[in-house]
Amino acid sequence: MADWLSKITGRTSSAHEAKERLKLVLIHDRTDINPDTMEKLKDDLIKTISRHILIDPASVKITMMHEGREQRLVADIQLKQHDRKSSG
Amino acid sequence: MAAKTITITSGKGGVGKTTATANLAVALANLGQKVVCIDSDIGLRNLDVVLGLENRIVYDLVDVIEGRCRIKQAMIRDKRFVELHLIPAAQTRDKNAVSPSDMVKLVDELRDEVDWIIIDSPAGIERGFRNAIAPADEIIIVTNPDVSAVRDADRIIGIIEAEQKGPGKLILNRINPHMIQRGDMMDASDVLDLLAVKLVGLVPEDEHVIASSNIGKPVVLDEKSKAGQAFRNIARRLMGDEIPFMDLEIKEDLLHRLSKVFKSGVN
Repeated sequence: MADWLSKITGRTSSAHEAKERLKLVLIHDRTDINPDTMEKLKDDLIKTISRHILIDPASVKITMMHEGREQRLVADIQLKQHDRKSSG
Repeated sequence: MAAKTITITSGKGGVGKTTATANLAVALANLGQKVVCIDSDIGLRNLDVVLGLENRIVYDLVDVIEGRCRIKQAMIRDKRFVELHLIPAAQTRDKNAVSPSDMVKLVDELRDEVDWIIIDSPAGIERGFRNAIAPADEIIIVTNPDVSAVRDADRIIGIIEAEQKGPGKLILNRINPHMIQRGDMMDASDVLDLLAVKLVGLVPEDEHVIASSNIGKPVVLDEKSKAGQAFRNIARRLMGDEIPFMDLEIKEDLLHRLSKVFKSGVN
């Protein structure tokens, strides 16, 4: 009866939670990259890119993705809009 | 004849490595194959009791490696199948008594004698595990649908890929369909999503497994056991047959189906 009720209420199942937690744990296990390293990497990327093009540092997103057993570092970097009037 | 060498490993202990080794060895022997299984868990010998051969041991793996006996003398013949043999682990030594190259040499000597060499690996990722995978042509990773077993399986898969022993195949053991149905256990597709590895077997949790090892008679010999059927299927897949995976879903009654429809409406 309990599971019947939980299905009706749509409560998140423990199996679902296990899978979501494992997804994150495995990414860190496989790459040995911790959140601190990711932050440092992000800061360095922002500094380097900013030397060449104008970007919005607040909108930079760095994430780890995985496809099968391949890990991928994905950077989403938004360019700053030029204000044509002031820059002339 | 050139034997195929398969190592059964897992990272985490207690997921069913020895059970899988014993059952696959017996199932292959039952299919008329010549099989030698090797217990490489030095100091924690177990495959002998699961196979019911504990009273026949004279020499062990370390005796062969250190030259106190010939391989044939350490090969214990099974009670049921004349073409099934066990090389037991030494019980009074530690893992450092054996090196990966010792294992390669030993297996090379056996390759022309049999069809299959099945190695039971110890838990962990240290020397004993390295010994067990060194001679392997193929590695089978056994895991259970729980967070720690899956995490450890992922580590093992990473290591065997780095060692060029990959990609490895997975046995998902101790599946409890009732728990999956109520959302308290990951199912096969969840685990395969996470581990991204090829599946070779789905084995349901089954009380017959312990009852069988109690009497030293692997569960594959029990026609009524579902786990036994699952291991028989794996053996046939190893032989190259296309065998569909066991359907472990619980047939739902009307109440469950209604509640699911209702839930998907809410979400």
